[in-house]
Amino acid sequence: MLDTLILSRIQFAANISFHILFPTITIALGWLLFYFKVRFDLSQHPVWMRAYRFWVKVFALTFALGVVSGITMSFQFGTNWPGFMESIGNIAGPLLAYEILTAFFLEATMLGIMLFGFHKVPRWAHTLATFLVALGTTFSAFWILVLNSWMQTPAGFEMIDGVAHATDWLAIIFNPSFPYRFTHMLLASALTVCFLVAGISAYRILKGDNKKAPKLTLKTALLSAAILAPTQVLVGDFHGLNTLEHQPQKIAAMEGAWHTEQGAPLVLFAIVDEQTRQNRFAIEIPKLASLILTHDKDGELKGLNEFAGEHPPVAPVFYSFRLMVGIGLLMLLMAWWTSFSLLRKKELAPLQLKILIGMTFSGWVATLAGWYVTEIGRQPYLVYGVLKTRDAVTTVAAEHVAITLTMYLVLYLVLLVAYIKTLFWLANRAVEVEEYDLTRPGLAENRSEPVVNNEATTRTGAAL
Amino acid sequence: MSLLTAENLALIFAGLTALAILLYAILDGYDLGVGITLPMANEPWRDTAIASIGPFWDANETWLVLAVGLLLVAFPAAHSAILHALYLPAALLLLGLILRGVAFDFRAKVKANRKTRWDYTFKAGSILATFSQGFMLGIYVMGLEYNTGSIIFACFSGLCVTAAYAMIGNAWLIGKTSGALQLHAIKQCKIAGVLTLSGILAVSAINPLINANALQVWTEPPLAFVFAAIPLLCFAMFVIGYLVLKRLPLPADAGAWLPFAICNIIFICSFLGLALSFYPFVVPNQLTLYQAASSRESLLIIFFGAVVVIPVIIGYTALAYYAFRGKADGLKYY
Repeated sequence: MLDTLILSRIQFAANISFHILFPTITIALGWLLFYFKVRFDLSQHPVWMRAYRFWVKVFALTFALGVVSGITMSFQFGTNWPGFMESIGNIAGPLLAYEILTAFFLEATMLGIMLFGFHKVPRWAHTLATFLVALGTTFSAFWILVLNSWMQTPAGFEMIDGVAHATDWLAIIFNPSFPYRFTHMLLASALTVCFLVAGISAYRILKGDNKKAPKLTLKTALLSAAILAPTQVLVGDFHGLNTLEHQPQKIAAMEGAWHTEQGAPLVLFAIVDEQTRQNRFAIEIPKLASLILTHDKDGELKGLNEFAGEHPPVAPVFYSFRLMVGIGLLMLLMAWWTSFSLLRKKELAPLQLKILIGMTFSGWVATLAGWYVTEIGRQPYLVYGVLKTRDAVTTVAAEHVAITLTMYLVLYLVLLVAYIKTLFWLANRAVEVEEYDLTRPGLAENRSEPVVNNEATTRTGAAL
Repeated sequence: MSLLTAENLALIFAGLTALAILLYAILDGYDLGVGITLPMANEPWRDTAIASIGPFWDANETWLVLAVGLLLVAFPAAHSAILHALYLPAALLLLGLILRGVAFDFRAKVKANRKTRWDYTFKAGSILATFSQGFMLGIYVMGLEYNTGSIIFACFSGLCVTAAYAMIGNAWLIGKTSGALQLHAIKQCKIAGVLTLSGILAVSAINPLINANALQVWTEPPLAFVFAAIPLLCFAMFVIGYLVLKRLPLPADAGAWLPFAICNIIFICSFLGLALSFYPFVVPNQLTLYQAASSRESLLIIFFGAVVVIPVIIGYTALAYYAFRGKADGLKYY
């Protein structure tokens, strides 16, 4: 039976899953655009401006989708989860308020200057606006991950009559899981953008785009990914150890460890059976889970049997975790393979380009899978150890939630299709259209004369 | 510190929330208004009209997030009660805002033949979002109850808010455009102004009849005499506004921003009028702002942040408006 609780959970999951797609791109793409802009300011080479102009369009579209899907979230707390704010509003409230005050206004206002101000403000101000947009998106990630991490590993508060009261704001902000989760998410965003940029650039090149900009962005993205992907593996490992310390049942679900074991095997893949509480068709590597998580091959790993009735559903956590890790490793392999080819042969084989196109949105899948691991892994709690999800839900009629849920799902599907189609349409148009406005990427008063003389362009151009 | 008692903080946050709602109504009001009366028959006009709000709409919408956010963090019980009652209209509001927000960006990036489709989406989204806001306001005024009378009133209120946003949107266009489009905006502004005026008159007449609190505020001397200045100023602005619109456009574009300034005063007066009618209630006749407020420690920590950050926000917002001063005709995307 679909009651208000499960419908509200599905609706919140749908809203936040759809929403997170866009910030995941804008957080890192903001910094990438700032990098392009600074390179342009320093070198005056128009190829950086062309890269900027193409990707700023993607940024604008992505940002708009992030803003509008984010507004939904601020309503959801009140409409569907009144118990959340009633219980921990004293903690969540200030964190959300600081996010709005320090991040939302900054990014939204500066975005206007970034998109429309190129001919309206001095060049340094435009670069500054680009910087502030990137900073704003990162602030936003900071505050929301503080709140999310606090919900996973609450600290710095006391409960008085069922209501949380803050006792130490530094302990709340820098709660135990925050540094790991924040770094993990920033890197996830960076990798998502690397593969998005690589995918779209590969698409342009494969469509016969001989201009320098897509080659440059492809190289920037893949070389960055070659460094970021192994870093992410390392950070992910630290994050896992942190989770083991604070939320052992989440780890047990991720590992599919039904029983406490010494020298627990690493389950590569299995069909989890929640009825009989065991794994079927398991492919395992002996003792590896203990080795990874306790750094001792005979270390003890707590199993789900220790947390009967208090652990999350195992299957979604178990499978999502494998999906995330699988894509992460695939990214690592692709980044190294393509970077190697780029450094050796200066260009990629058509097969490599095709795989990159296929992986354009792989970061989205990995990010969502990772969030499912951590969020479903927190169940049955909304705030770990403090507030259960079912105790926070609204009393709105199930039919009303069903109506809005259907509306959101249809809307999100349409928007997602439109978004992806538009991205590839922009790429197609960039292939066909001659490089627009390329000699005059300066201020209005500079427009009559080219920014760099042709000789210099050819020379630096050859170097790229 | 001693001044920052729980009561005073509740009042300060009620003031901040009210300020955020008012700024939202004015700022997103004008860009929603531009969407409501988007001239579908003339594509260059549409491009200019949309360019005029391009650099601002994102930040304008953030005031809604701040308003809802402040309500959420400072008055959680009120946030729950209000949004619980307004569940479906709030969903429609969000649908409208999502549609227009994305249409704005898609229209500039898709194939030419799809652009008109996104323009219609933009217009429809603007109308839906605005009507939903007015509907929500109407239900709120009726004490968050649904019955035939309150729904009729809420629909009426939805139309009033639509007219008011159309009025301020066109007043913005008068300042931001020139030539034929400006003439068009002047004409639209006049029509919307007349509709808004009739709406305000009707709501002012109905509100005291159904709301004991409102009746008391507006009839009990001696404060009622002071408060009477608000509607008087408001109606005077309509008269002056009409006279201004009759004379526009003037040579050298003199007075092109007068209608927008007048609309601002009208919005402020109407908002003050409504706010006074409900004070001290945050959920009409059920929950006062003092009862609904969060704990003192939490309000205090937001308060200090807000005192520092809000002036900064207002500062760089002013800078952005300064950077994009002048007519929108030449404003290009990127």
